[in-house]
Amino acid sequence: MEGTVRYVSEDGRPLAELPFGEAELLRGYRAMRRARLFDERAVTLQRQGRLGVYPLFRGQEAAQVGAALALGPSDWLVPTYRDTAAAITHGLPLATALLYWRAHPAGWSFPEGVRVLPFYVPIATQLPHAVGVAHAGRLRGEPWVVLAFVGDGGTSEGDAHEALNFASVFSAPVVFVVQNNGWAISVPTERQMRNTRIADRAPGYGIAGVRVDGNDLVAVWDVVRQAVDRARAGEGPTLVEAVTYRLAPHTTSDDPSRYRDEAEAGERERAEPVARLRALLEARGAWSEEREEALVEELRAEFDAAVAEADAAPEPTPESIVEQVYAEPGPDQRRAWEALRGG
Amino acid sequence: MAAEGVATGAATAHLTMVQAINQALDQALAQDERVVVFGEDVGVMGGVFRATDGLQAKHGAERVYDTPLAESGIVGYAVGLALAGMRPVAEVQFAGFLYPALDQVLSHVGRYRHRTRGRYTVPLVVRAAYGGGVHTPEQHADSPEALLAHAPGVKVVVPSSPARAKGLLLAAIDDPDPVFFLEAIKLYRSSREAVPAEPYRLELGRARVAREGDALTLVCWGGMVEVCLQAADVAAREGVELEVVDLETLVPLDEETVLASVRKTGRAVVVHEAARTGGFGAEVAARIAEGALFHLLAPVARVAGWDAPYPPFTSVEHHYRPDAARVLAAVREALLT
Repeated sequence: MEGTVRYVSEDGRPLAELPFGEAELLRGYRAMRRARLFDERAVTLQRQGRLGVYPLFRGQEAAQVGAALALGPSDWLVPTYRDTAAAITHGLPLATALLYWRAHPAGWSFPEGVRVLPFYVPIATQLPHAVGVAHAGRLRGEPWVVLAFVGDGGTSEGDAHEALNFASVFSAPVVFVVQNNGWAISVPTERQMRNTRIADRAPGYGIAGVRVDGNDLVAVWDVVRQAVDRARAGEGPTLVEAVTYRLAPHTTSDDPSRYRDEAEAGERERAEPVARLRALLEARGAWSEEREEALVEELRAEFDAAVAEADAAPEPTPESIVEQVYAEPGPDQRRAWEALRGG
Repeated sequence: MAAEGVATGAATAHLTMVQAINQALDQALAQDERVVVFGEDVGVMGGVFRATDGLQAKHGAERVYDTPLAESGIVGYAVGLALAGMRPVAEVQFAGFLYPALDQVLSHVGRYRHRTRGRYTVPLVVRAAYGGGVHTPEQHADSPEALLAHAPGVKVVVPSSPARAKGLLLAAIDDPDPVFFLEAIKLYRSSREAVPAEPYRLELGRARVAREGDALTLVCWGGMVEVCLQAADVAAREGVELEVVDLETLVPLDEETVLASVRKTGRAVVVHEAARTGGFGAEVAARIAEGALFHLLAPVARVAGWDAPYPPFTSVEHHYRPDAARVLAAVREALLT
C-alpha cells in the first residue's frame, strides 16, 4: 500500500494523529454499522423473495460511508448500483432504498431535498452527468460539490475518460471516487488495466489524485473531505482511488467460486473496515460489547420500520409503466395507458 | 411571404435556415438565463456551419463555449446540466458523429424522467446537422432519426425551412422533455424565407400540410420536404395535385394529420433519405395501414436511401438521396394502381 493514505492499521491501531475527534469517529462507526446491517438484512430479504437482485457492498462500507460523510446537505451524490451505503448515509431513506431494490416505482423517486441521483446501472455513464451537475452549480451560483462513484472496471469505459477530461478542462467541482474493489464481476483488476494504481491517471488529466486505503474510514473521510474543500474553493476535481475489496458476490445472483479463490476473500475479511474501526474505538475505551448491542438493536428497529413502510407501499398499477415518459403523455402513451388500464 | 403558421411582424428579414437557427439561439440566450450553448467549435469559431456565429461575443464565454471533442461526454454532460436546472443546447457537429453518444441517449436521455418517476427531468436540446446532398466527406451525411425515434422519452424534430426552424427550435428549448433537433445540411443555405424578427414558437408534435392536393399524399420531413414540393410542382403541371405532409416532429408523431390526408387522397408515398429498412418511413407506413387501410387505393410506397451506407462518392452520391424524379416515379406507380 505504498503511497496510499492510511491512518488506522488493519488491526485497528492509529498510525498517526487522527484528523477526527471521538464524536466524529463514533458518528462514522455508527454510519458504517448501519450500512453493514442494511446489507446483511437486504440479502436476507432477497432470499425470502422480498427484494429483487441486490448488489452487495460488504467490505466497502468505509469507502462509501467515509466519502459520503464528507458531503454537506447541498452536495450531490452520484452513485453506482453498488453504492447503497453511500446513498443512505447521504440521506436516502431506508424505505426508499428497499423499494428501489424491490424494483417498485415508489423507490425510484428519491425525496425532495435528498441530493442523491438514481443508482446507475450502465457502467460509468453517470460520470459525465456528475460533471454537468457540478458545472450547473457554478453557472447558477450554487456552491455545491458533486461526488461521483465508479468502480475499477468502470474506469475502462470511454465515459470515465470523457468525464475526467471534461471535469479537468472545466475545472468542475467534482470528486471522483473509484472504489477499486479488485473485481469487475469475474475480471480481476490486473486483467482490467496494466497499471492498477488508478490514482496515477490523475496527473495525466492535470488534476489532483490520491490513493487511499478504502477500508480505513478515517483515511477515506479525511481525503474526500479535503477534495470536497478544494472543489468548493474552485480548485477543480480530484480523482480518489479507494483501495478496497469486494468480499461478497457481485450480486445475489452471482457465484464467485466460479472465478476466484474464495479463500482469498476469506483472507481479506481481516482488513474489513467495520471491525477495524471498532477495534480502534475499543482500544480508546470509546466502545464496548454493550454499546454495540444497543446500537445494533436500535439499527434493527430502524430497519424493521423501513421494511414495514416499504411493505405498505401500494402495488404499482400496470398503467404506471407508461407514465412519466414525457411531461405530457403523447397520443401513443395515452393509447397504451388506456390499454393497460383495461379501458 | 412568411411560412404558414408564423406570425409576421413588421421587422421580418429574409434569412437562410442557418441564420434563422442562429437568431433562435440568440433569442433563447437573451430570454432565459438557464440556456447555455456548447459543443465542438461552437464558441470562438461559431460552429462548423456558423449556426452559433457571434453568440459567444454577445453572450459571453460562460454561456456559449467550446467543449472537448467527445460526443458521449457532451451529451452526458448536458444531462447533468439539465437535471440540475439548466437548459442546455448542445451541438453535435454532424449527426453521423452522434453514435458515441447513443449510450447516453438510450440509457439516460429518454429514460431519466421515467426512472425517477418525474423527480428529475432532462430538458435538453441536442442539435445536429444531418443528411446528404452537399458532397460532404465520408460519414458526414447520415440520417439517424430512426435510431433516435426508437428511444422512448426523447422527442425528434426535423425542420424544413428557415421560419419553421426558428419557431421549432425556440419551442424545443422551452420544452420540458429532451429534444433532438436535426438540421438538414442541404437546407442550411439553399434558400431564404421571411422570418419575423421577434421570438415565436411553433408547437412540437404537429405535422403540417405544406401543400394541399387530392391525388396522393407525400409524407416527408426535413430535407425531403423541398424535394417533395418540387415533385408536386412537376405533377401539378401535368394536372395532378399532390398533398405534401411535412411531419416536422417525428416523435411524438402527429398521426391524425397524416391519416386525415391519406383518407382524403387514398394514396401515400413516404420519402426519407435514411436507408429504407427500419427507417422511420416504415413506422409511418405501419400507422397508415393501422389507421387508414380501407381508404387506400394503392399500397403505401417508400422512397428512401438504398440499403447501403450513404456513399461519399461525389459523382454518384445523387443516386442515393431521393430526388423529385424518384419521388415522381413512385407517385406514378401508385396512381396507376
